[in-house]
Amino acid sequence: MIHVNTNYCKGCLLCVEYCPKKVYVKSEKLSKKGVFPPEVKFPENCIRCHLCELMCPDFAIIVEDKNDK
Amino acid sequence: MLPTIFCTGCGIGSVMNFSLRAIHDLNIDMNKTVFVSGIGCSSRVPGYIYSDGLHSLHGRAIPYATGVKLANPELKVIVFTGDGDCGAIGGNHFLHAIRRNVDITVISINNFIYGMTGGQVAPTTPLKSKTTTTPYGNIEYPIDLSMMAKVIGAPYVARWTTAHPVQCISSIKKALQKTGFSFVEVLSPCPTSYGRLNKMGTTLDMTKHFKESTINIKIYEKMLAEGKTTDKMVIGELVDIEKEDFNTKYNKFCGELK
Ligand SMILES: Cc1ncc(C[n+]2csc(CCOP(=O)(O)OP(=O)(O)O)c2C)c(N)n1
Ligand code: SF4
Ligand code: SF4
Ligand code: SF4
Repeated sequence: MIHVNTNYCKGCLLCVEYCPKKVYVKSEKLSKKGVFPPEVKFPENCIRCHLCELMCPDFAIIVEDKNDK
Repeated sequence: MLPTIFCTGCGIGSVMNFSLRAIHDLNIDMNKTVFVSGIGCSSRVPGYIYSDGLHSLHGRAIPYATGVKLANPELKVIVFTGDGDCGAIGGNHFLHAIRRNVDITVISINNFIYGMTGGQVAPTTPLKSKTTTTPYGNIEYPIDLSMMAKVIGAPYVARWTTAHPVQCISSIKKALQKTGFSFVEVLSPCPTSYGRLNKMGTTLDMTKHFKESTINIKIYEKMLAEGKTTDKMVIGELVDIEKEDFNTKYNKFCGELK
């Protein structure tokens, strides 16, 4: 599972840009914080490289590994 | 505490993320760790970490950190500092802590400008760059913090950018494990001040620019050997040597006096 915390996300879109598998797209809906957060559009493509999690400046993403409960 | 106060896409959050992952991976005991900073956007980092911290005066993070380390050598001391904090007002402290080889880790977040106070020129601002105090472009030659650390003799020096998360985390880990002064400089986007004044776009454009305007030391050394040169900024692990730190020397010295 990929969790995006839209209360922390500021919409910088680093995750959308740097995900090697293009799992995210920019959401068309504004978040409560007034930004366009990422939308997890193709979760099945995720290779759990955790790059999005590492690059997010706002601690808004958690990528669970397959064997995590 | 979250969300942070940093602007959208500010690299400081990324550097904090890298540092915390390095600390987590190394299983560092937070009860024996102190985070020290001066003043600036980047100096706000210790405020987000659940551990002891000192938010000191502009430029004075390193002397505070030195004090902590000498008073209680058991503690791991980590400094977060901006390029202005580290290289301008705190420049001399930086040099002399390296000269003494105090066992602290300094993580310098270089955004090429004074972010917090509205974008004045910093000693790291590249030639021709616009800032609020150089509206027609900077004419002063910038300093290179990592090269300064190397020349004065720091046993560990590395420089990366926020577009190199994996490499940066690995260097922060090495820095944290090094006995003696370890320095990691991270080139970091400040889209609000530096980016806007220099029409560099969003943090996405700025991180791409970092990738294009830097060169890995291994490639750079090959180029040099072939007699070629480049304007790009050299990144990578710049120094990794062993050198007796201040506390060890001090203890030995006290033992000899007895
Ligand atoms: C003695 C003193 N002089 C000046 C200031 C004003 N001041 C606050 S932060 C800052 C510069 C911040 O730049 P930098 O250290 O590069 O950090 P950044 O905000 O870019 O992360 C200045 C000049 C101050 N707080 N104290
Ligand atoms: S990197 Fe983080 S803050 Fe930026 S858009 Fe993605 S989730 Fe939001
Ligand atoms: S873990 Fe890797 S593949 Fe999966 S969403 Fe994040 S960046 Fe993309
Ligand atoms: S002013 Fe610049 S350095 Fe400060 S929080 Fe905003 S983007 Fe970051």
